[in-house]
Amino acid sequence: MFKQLFAVSRMSLQTLPQRLGASSVIVIGIAGVVAVLVSVLAMAAGFRHTVAESGRRDRVIVLRGGSDAELNSNLTRSDIDTISNAPGLAKDADGKAVLSSELITVVNIPKIDTGLDANVTLRGVGLQLQKVRPELTIVDGRMFRPAVRELIAGAGAARQFRGLRTGSVLHLRNADWKVTGLFKTNGDIHESELLADVDTVGSTLERTGYSSAVGLLAGPGDFDKFKDALTTDPQLKVDVEREPEYYAAQSKQLTQLIDVVGNTVAVIMAIGAMFGALNSMYAAVDARSLEIATLRAIGFSALPVVLSVMIEALALSLLGGLIGAALAWWFFNGHVVSTLGGAFAQVVFQVTVTSALIVTGLVWACAIGLLGGLFPALRSARLPVAEALRAT
Amino acid sequence: MKYLPLLWATLWRKKTRTIFTLLSIAVAFLLYGVLGTVDYAFEHPSAGATGADKLITTNKFSITLLLPFSYTQQIRSVPGVAVVTWITWFGAYYQESKNFVFALPIDTDTYFDLHKDEFAVNDAQMSAFRNTRSGVLVNSALMRKFGWHVGQKLPLHSTIWPQKSDGSLDWTFDIVGTFDARDPTQQSQQSSSVLFHYELFDEGRTFGKGQVGWFEERVVDPSRSAQIADKIDALFANSPNETKTQPAKDFAIAFLKQIGDIGFVLRAILGAVFFTLLFLTGNTMMQSVRERVPELAILKTLGFSDAKVLGLVIGESLLLCVLAAVVGLASSYALVPLVQRGLQGVDLTHGAQPSGIAVAVLLALLVGAPPALRAMRLNVVDALMEKR
Repeated sequence: MFKQLFAVSRMSLQTLPQRLGASSVIVIGIAGVVAVLVSVLAMAAGFRHTVAESGRRDRVIVLRGGSDAELNSNLTRSDIDTISNAPGLAKDADGKAVLSSELITVVNIPKIDTGLDANVTLRGVGLQLQKVRPELTIVDGRMFRPAVRELIAGAGAARQFRGLRTGSVLHLRNADWKVTGLFKTNGDIHESELLADVDTVGSTLERTGYSSAVGLLAGPGDFDKFKDALTTDPQLKVDVEREPEYYAAQSKQLTQLIDVVGNTVAVIMAIGAMFGALNSMYAAVDARSLEIATLRAIGFSALPVVLSVMIEALALSLLGGLIGAALAWWFFNGHVVSTLGGAFAQVVFQVTVTSALIVTGLVWACAIGLLGGLFPALRSARLPVAEALRAT
Repeated sequence: MKYLPLLWATLWRKKTRTIFTLLSIAVAFLLYGVLGTVDYAFEHPSAGATGADKLITTNKFSITLLLPFSYTQQIRSVPGVAVVTWITWFGAYYQESKNFVFALPIDTDTYFDLHKDEFAVNDAQMSAFRNTRSGVLVNSALMRKFGWHVGQKLPLHSTIWPQKSDGSLDWTFDIVGTFDARDPTQQSQQSSSVLFHYELFDEGRTFGKGQVGWFEERVVDPSRSAQIADKIDALFANSPNETKTQPAKDFAIAFLKQIGDIGFVLRAILGAVFFTLLFLTGNTMMQSVRERVPELAILKTLGFSDAKVLGLVIGESLLLCVLAAVVGLASSYALVPLVQRGLQGVDLTHGAQPSGIAVAVLLALLVGAPPALRAMRLNVVDALMEKR
């Protein structure tokens, strides 16, 4: 049985080059489906990665209750004092809570590729920035200084928006701001932002309050202690969330949308490719009818013949899948793009073709190949031997 | 036309093959119909709300920063400005944050004057709205979605504005009437709109008093919009709140472009689909002609000219592609409303389907040409001698 299967399969694969036209239809059709599927899902994966990287389990963000997003929120100075005295926060060497009071806004800066204004987040941060966000490293130039109009730009933002180089000057609300350096934060969402001293940003915006407070917990287990202390305080109406949860909620809608669109388009394309595969495999069975009939006449059973047709379809679709995934990887992997994330602000991210996505693509390819090969394979089994032999 | 029965017969010579080919072409045109429509919507924001005579003035530094209400007077004084109105982002939802409601505090007189071509409100409800401080007008689609009725209280949560009375973010309004888009094709764009009074909003809020989100202007002569926009911005140059005035349409395009180059993504997908299709259908046509070599030779023997044989094969390709395209494009009409549900605020009424037929003809010519040329060049004697 296996010997028969091996012999028939080898024969069918060896004769493939003679049916080049029809076979390439399967390969190209499936390559197209897989390339589109993997590219679209890679966008969602890149965006999700950027957002998921944002925040640590032991870092919390405090917003005014019911605000949903930092941009809407407003905390007073006395709110910040209460928050910094709450139990559960890490303390620095001087015994001060590791907390950054932040004020964010979006500023209009043209995107490099379109030249059109985009909403870039300008985040005022407290003096303890580097204790709250130890992952922040300056990769070019130097840190901004407080009390003067200086800012540092995220490496992602610098690649997408105009005029963000060390030493360049940005004109923001009637004042010149100097870009003193570029920073990285492990590719998280803050790399799409501009950071500056919170009080300087406040005076520019003519705002006395803050948007949020971001604090480091003494340990990941201290979250409930910290949250309970703030939410039970009758003087305070705030929402307390762990950072990863906050950022995941901010991006949920967009990643879901990309996933749904990507999968729907791919399903529709896959149906089209399956019809193409059916056609080609029927043609292949027709072309081989004499050969198949001969095999059956000399004693080969139906099963190896059926399987050989399936194997041919699978081999072709796997090849198509590999080509498609390779195309997606070649064209898009590492491509830096930006979009409007939650809350009106641009998020810069890298399209990431992960190995899991390639596997997904190959699974789709095999499924299309199997479905496209099944009926033609069954026909090959039912081929009336005598008639097929006479047909010549 | 008289060859149609012949074309029809040859088309169905191999039934399964033709059906599968038809279906895969139809699928491609289904995608064309849907994605092309979305692409068009993103490149051409709907005309109603963004007519050529409308301008929008925002804070130049950041769209989230407010502008002084006092700018209204100065903007109105610019020659060529017919109406000015002021609007503020309220950031509302109903009960849960996923129930986003596009609620805007408006100035009744100027807002409805500026957008007079867009809203259909009956007179009784309009005057009820004017006379009720806490009144709101709600889009009828939104009313149906949440089962609201005229006369009830409407609680809305603002993510931004606390009230002076108790510091709460929860505001309560009275539904006094409904509105529809005057142009039915605009209905989807307004489908989560709620309008309420600026006076109530300004007096009720704790901070930001006397400041508004943005201004909208209607100009008398659309051809002078650019100069008028420059004049408005010049009024506030070098102030702490510089402005950026642009045609409402440009503003809408820039906003959509911020989401990303959607057009590029859609066209890339369609490109991949049609490249694949070209190959698939081309191969099928070639195969079909190859199998029919003796038949074609007989036609030539009967006196069909070379050109006529060429025409027959091209005709067959046209019939196949256009038939499948019609099926695919027709089904895409059914799919667009589903997409619309997920893409609120984008106008999907301008379908790409008509242009799809042109694409189908082009596709037919491309895939039909090589086999048709082969059929034309067929030498009768050789062809008849061939076994198959």
